[in-house]
Amino acid sequence: MYVWIWRHLPGSLLLRLLQALLLLTAVVALLMLVVFPWIEPQLPWNDVTVTGGSG
Amino acid sequence: MTTAERVRWYARGIGQTLITLGVVVLLFCGYELWVTGLYTERQQHDLGRGLDRTWAQAPAPDPHHPLPYQVGKGIARIWFPTLGKDVHYVVVQGVGREDLKKGPGHYPTSARIGAVGNVVISGHRTTYLAPFNRVDELRPGDAIVLETQTFWYTYTVTAETIVKPTAVEVTYPVPGHLGEKPTQRLLTLTTCNPKYSARNRLIVHAVLSTPLAKKPGVVPPALAKVVTG
Repeated sequence: MYVWIWRHLPGSLLLRLLQALLLLTAVVALLMLVVFPWIEPQLPWNDVTVTGGSG
Repeated sequence: MTTAERVRWYARGIGQTLITLGVVVLLFCGYELWVTGLYTERQQHDLGRGLDRTWAQAPAPDPHHPLPYQVGKGIARIWFPTLGKDVHYVVVQGVGREDLKKGPGHYPTSARIGAVGNVVISGHRTTYLAPFNRVDELRPGDAIVLETQTFWYTYTVTAETIVKPTAVEVTYPVPGHLGEKPTQRLLTLTTCNPKYSARNRLIVHAVLSTPLAKKPGVVPPALAKVVTG
């Protein structure tokens, strides 16, 4: 998959490196800002209260 | 494609997928342990400023009609002088998910800070700045100081226990005794235990030893060393 993406990036080597970096940043941002905050409440290790509820 | 090439192609695909998943899991650990802390750090900063502003502006509350605590807002500061110079946090009202992301949360149904009964405060152990990360290091006799607009309340640690997550009896006004009328001024901290798990809860009990009216230049003895350096 990574090879396929690399082959399809246009431009010179430097441009392709920049684009790859941009793609990577976008993916990490998506994970940190959307995916992880959504997953987190489903996991138990943030429960700190004794009401049986979540914390 | 020959069979050998096809096998190699699939193997590479599986390998890349597994490596990607591994990196995502590592990123998630980083998110939980550090990125959540950045969020809490900002919230604590804002809450602290709000608290200082409110304390500076509002008139000292009438002890018979204290201002109600507002959920999601800062209500006090908690200091752990035995855990270090900078170990203090703004306590937020409420123990909902969003409240606890901002800092240690005060159970709305528990006693007001400094009052007769049981003041119950919960905090994260490993994520969201991990305010209660080191409460397991507290020993009987150690001080926990709660700072309000008008008072320094110094509580002395009496006991530390590990209970099931369902052990609501630790939050009763008289811990362990439902319906009894409290006579003591207690503080109870709850957090998850062991670290990185939610199997049990770590409970720290403390009792108020000395309330001290706030005056300029006056800090409780337990904090004197910490504040003056």
